[in-house]
Amino acid sequence: MTASVSGTESESKQRFDLGAAIQQYGTLGIFLILVVAAAIWSDSFLSSRNILNVLRQVASAAGIMSVGMLFVILTRGIDLSVGSIQALGSVLIAYFIATSGYSAPAAIVLVLLAGAMCGLTTGFFVAYVGLPPFVISLAMMAIARGFSLIISAGQPIPLTDAGSSIAAFGTGSLELGGLSLPWPVVLMFIVFAIAGVVLNYTRFGRVVKAIGSNEEAVRLSGIAVPRYLVVVYVISGMLAAVAGIIATSRTAVGSAQVGIGAELNVIAAVVIGGASLMGGRGGVINTFLGAMIMGIIGNIMNLAGVPGYQQQVYTGLIIIVAMLLQYGSKILRR
Amino acid sequence: MTSIVELKGIDKSYGGLKALRNVDFQIKGGEIHALLGENGAGKSTLMRVLGGETIPDAGTIVIGGRIVSFRDPRAARTEGIALIHQELALAPDLTVAENIFLGELPAIISWKKLNQKAGDLINRLGFDINPSVVTGSLAVAHQQIVEIAKALSKNTKIIVFDEPTSVLASKDAVRLHSIIRELRKNGVGIVYISHRLEEVFDIADQMTVMKDGSIVGTVTPQTASIDDVIKMMVGRPLSALFPPKANANSGTELLRVENLVVGRRVRGVSFHVNAGEIVGLGGLVGSGRTEVARAIFGADRFNSGKVSVRGKTLHIRSPRDAVKVGIGLVPEDRKTQGVALDKPIKVNATMAAMSTVVNAFGFLRLKQEKQIVTALGKTLRLKAASVEAPVSSLSGGNQQKVVLAKWFHADGDVIILDEPTRGVDVGAKVEIYGLVNDLAKKGKAVLVISSEHQELFGLCDRVLVMSEGQLKGELLPAQYTEEKLLTLAMAGSVRTT
Repeated sequence: MTASVSGTESESKQRFDLGAAIQQYGTLGIFLILVVAAAIWSDSFLSSRNILNVLRQVASAAGIMSVGMLFVILTRGIDLSVGSIQALGSVLIAYFIATSGYSAPAAIVLVLLAGAMCGLTTGFFVAYVGLPPFVISLAMMAIARGFSLIISAGQPIPLTDAGSSIAAFGTGSLELGGLSLPWPVVLMFIVFAIAGVVLNYTRFGRVVKAIGSNEEAVRLSGIAVPRYLVVVYVISGMLAAVAGIIATSRTAVGSAQVGIGAELNVIAAVVIGGASLMGGRGGVINTFLGAMIMGIIGNIMNLAGVPGYQQQVYTGLIIIVAMLLQYGSKILRR
Repeated sequence: MTSIVELKGIDKSYGGLKALRNVDFQIKGGEIHALLGENGAGKSTLMRVLGGETIPDAGTIVIGGRIVSFRDPRAARTEGIALIHQELALAPDLTVAENIFLGELPAIISWKKLNQKAGDLINRLGFDINPSVVTGSLAVAHQQIVEIAKALSKNTKIIVFDEPTSVLASKDAVRLHSIIRELRKNGVGIVYISHRLEEVFDIADQMTVMKDGSIVGTVTPQTASIDDVIKMMVGRPLSALFPPKANANSGTELLRVENLVVGRRVRGVSFHVNAGEIVGLGGLVGSGRTEVARAIFGADRFNSGKVSVRGKTLHIRSPRDAVKVGIGLVPEDRKTQGVALDKPIKVNATMAAMSTVVNAFGFLRLKQEKQIVTALGKTLRLKAASVEAPVSSLSGGNQQKVVLAKWFHADGDVIILDEPTRGVDVGAKVEIYGLVNDLAKKGKAVLVISSEHQELFGLCDRVLVMSEGQLKGELLPAQYTEEKLLTLAMAGSVRTT
């Protein structure tokens, strides 16, 4: 390719672009600012115990689900059902082990299948029927929550001794040269790593990003867009079910009350991570940082003893500030 | 006559690149002033400055002796300046009347009054469009009338038309021109941007040519020829526009279409294209040309008919099926159908044949891909910083080359190009013609849809003409005249103008 950018290219945007830099590193900036501010403000914030605490919190809340949501959002979709599928996963893992008497591995496979089925249903209606993802995933949100309530009869289901291996996963750690990483955190890192590879180095990841950028152009290139859409929602559903298993493993109780409103935190994490709700733009590392930012905000407020009701207000305000930093460059550019 | 608006010493840079250098431009009332130049010459940027959509780095705008500065398009509108973009800026779900008066709708709307006022405006333009219908349901030509009515709904002194006829068939373009002349009579200043030079020479009083962000000069149709203007734009005469014919010794039949029916838009179309042949598909916009292309490619379902490639009848249900058997389509609208704009060149270029750049496990072979796309870029003379650059950073002509690169890479036997040079400057047009010719030389069957007659005549071995969903005839090179083509294109249509 000729390197000579000729005169006719003069309206192209080959230049250092402050906006693009903020887009790419803005999330990291916000993350660092938050960490520094928290460290100055509270001595205990940077203690390894507290850091692990934040990570564990993130792993069982927005973390793993934000990976699935990232894929969905990249295709210009949205999945509001993840919080409910998390509850379904939490209830089902306890139900299958404690009530049905399945072994832990069998139960895990069944729970993953259940999450996948939820995603498949949403994905089918989005991809092949053409219903808007917002509405159809809203329906799935109600359905999955309903099933988790029906199965648990509205009561918490204890894991019992049969599920001790699950509980061990939730409370145990990977000892790594003096560092003890909780298993859920290890799992979260693995999920993020795999997602990073899939998104950047595989045909699937590339097509997913291209669909969000221009679905029609992808279709007219001879690519079966609906199949990709379905897979994306299946991934989201399965990862939500994984988050449900983690939730149960930490408390040793399956509960239909898990993950209420989680979808909003997950979406916030992905968007703070710089992904565009218009599709096509977003990355794994920034999504991880987005999830961490959500986790740190909660953590700081707990350390500061901010009452729960007020926490929600502050969380909302901080998200607004983060978004202003993300999109401020666009406004400045005019 | 004095100028209504004067732009003085306008500078605008994007990063290190100067889009406009010290540009002076005057618009007089009652005059049609054409603004010419290749894509990227700075025409659109200059007009965005005039319309308040871009804030210049330096320079002044003088209106009636007053220096004004526009912070946004609204401020320009208040001064009576209206821009009509190539991509129409109408809300497709609103009614015609709502669109015309958008931005000045009263809190409580009297539909009767609003519709009547809108109807009056449209009638003044010599058209009869129901103001209460949804705008998206109108033909493009009528939508454009709505845009003009919208511009007229205020006390407009200057209207900028950016490529107004590129989406119109010849007949609608003629009507648009009579409207523009009418506006001129009423003292409105018109800026007219177009790549169709014949048309510009027909309508313009003044022609200003831009190149590389500067004004090259201003001439009138009486004192300059088309060749002069093209030389001012690119430094190359018109005769060099089309490649020499790849002597039409066409090979075996590759594509055959029999009795194709698509709803009411295509009613029984049959034709064939041989290997090494470039066949043109002409006719008015809306005659069903695009629908034929999309049906062959599987982008739309067709009701009945047979499509065969190399004598084998196919059951094409999706573009995927079409690509598998070696059909490629360069769609009519590059931005919405051709490319993923914010994605790198390489992603777009390999999209139709990704199996060549992934291994058995679906992992991308990035190094190999880079080599392939770099080589493609050389073949197509793509001007870009690197294959990683987003397509949006390219000029229109180079964006179109990326779409072509996609099908060069997929290497199918049948290539359909729908308006391949729309919105592309003269220099890039020449290169695209050369590439289309190369495809034919390589033994592909090429079908070209175009609204530009010279393009069909210059490029094609024969031209099929459609009207109202049917093929009305075929022209061979000896019969290439605009009259013959138009006669066929209007055949059977009952229209009153």
